[in-house]
Amino acid sequence: MKKSEILIGLGIALLVAVVLSPIASPWPDGLESVADQKGFSSKIEEKPVVPAIMPDYKMPGIRSGKWSTAVSGFAGTLLLYFGGYGLAKLLQAKKASSPSEPKQI
Amino acid sequence: MHIPDGLLSTPVWATTDLLAIAALVGITRRSQQTFNEKTIPLTGIMCAFIFAAQMINFPVMAGTSGHLLGGVLAAVFLGPWVGGLVLSLVLIVQCFLFQDGGLYALGANILNMAVVGVGVGYIVFKIGTSLFSDKAGFFFSVSVASWVSVVAAAAVCSVELGLSGTYPLGWTLAAMLPIHALIGIGEALISTLIVSSVLGLRPDLLPYFPQRVTT
Repeated sequence: MKKSEILIGLGIALLVAVVLSPIASPWPDGLESVADQKGFSSKIEEKPVVPAIMPDYKMPGIRSGKWSTAVSGFAGTLLLYFGGYGLAKLLQAKKASSPSEPKQI
Repeated sequence: MHIPDGLLSTPVWATTDLLAIAALVGITRRSQQTFNEKTIPLTGIMCAFIFAAQMINFPVMAGTSGHLLGGVLAAVFLGPWVGGLVLSLVLIVQCFLFQDGGLYALGANILNMAVVGVGVGYIVFKIGTSLFSDKAGFFFSVSVASWVSVVAAAAVCSVELGLSGTYPLGWTLAAMLPIHALIGIGEALISTLIVSSVLGLRPDLLPYFPQRVTT
């Protein structure tokens, strides 16, 4: 892939995260909605085992809910691009250095 | 359908965590064989896009929404192994950074969406493309596989909730499946739209598309 194509792909993902996430439906998703209807949503443990940095897609320190969501979406999308790229690169490098696969050139 | 903590019993979350670890080892090993200069950046873009798209809940009926899972989308571009890896990475980041999906329930979520969603969806996709080898058949296969992947993930999620004693299995299935049959329509529409857009620009990024049809 050309550099410009990678930037377009990442740009689309970032646009989705920043522009669309603040206007996403606030309604509960399928599972949450079933939990509410059937009355077992009270069993949900609200207190996390390990506190998250951006709980519920809100960037701490940003008061406006919509901006907070957009900024956390931007950060998460960028992080996942580099995370995915880095993981793939790492796994490919391991394959290249591993002598156990003689059939692969 | 990210399961939060509190809904799964200890035996169920412990078992699904172990199963997910075993699956991740296999997925990582098999993925390793497939990476090349073209798929490495595409893996990054797919992770970024699926994360972003999962933030976009769309309404499916009054008071209920759904969002893309992306399992079939990832598998159609990157194959089932890297597809599973992409979904797992997204779920892990969502759990630790965004508190979306519980920590004990992370294994169950990986199993439902990254293993069953991607795996079952990919199998349906492959059956579809072997039956219909033209362009329309390819889009049809992407659509049906996307729909099935969401419903299959919802079914496994229901079984986990049922086995946990959270709610009776039959009733959980009866509530979960119709809602996710609707969410699956959104999944099919979004996945097919993206695949068809890329097909017009870079058909070589879609390894399962019968290339001879493009000309």
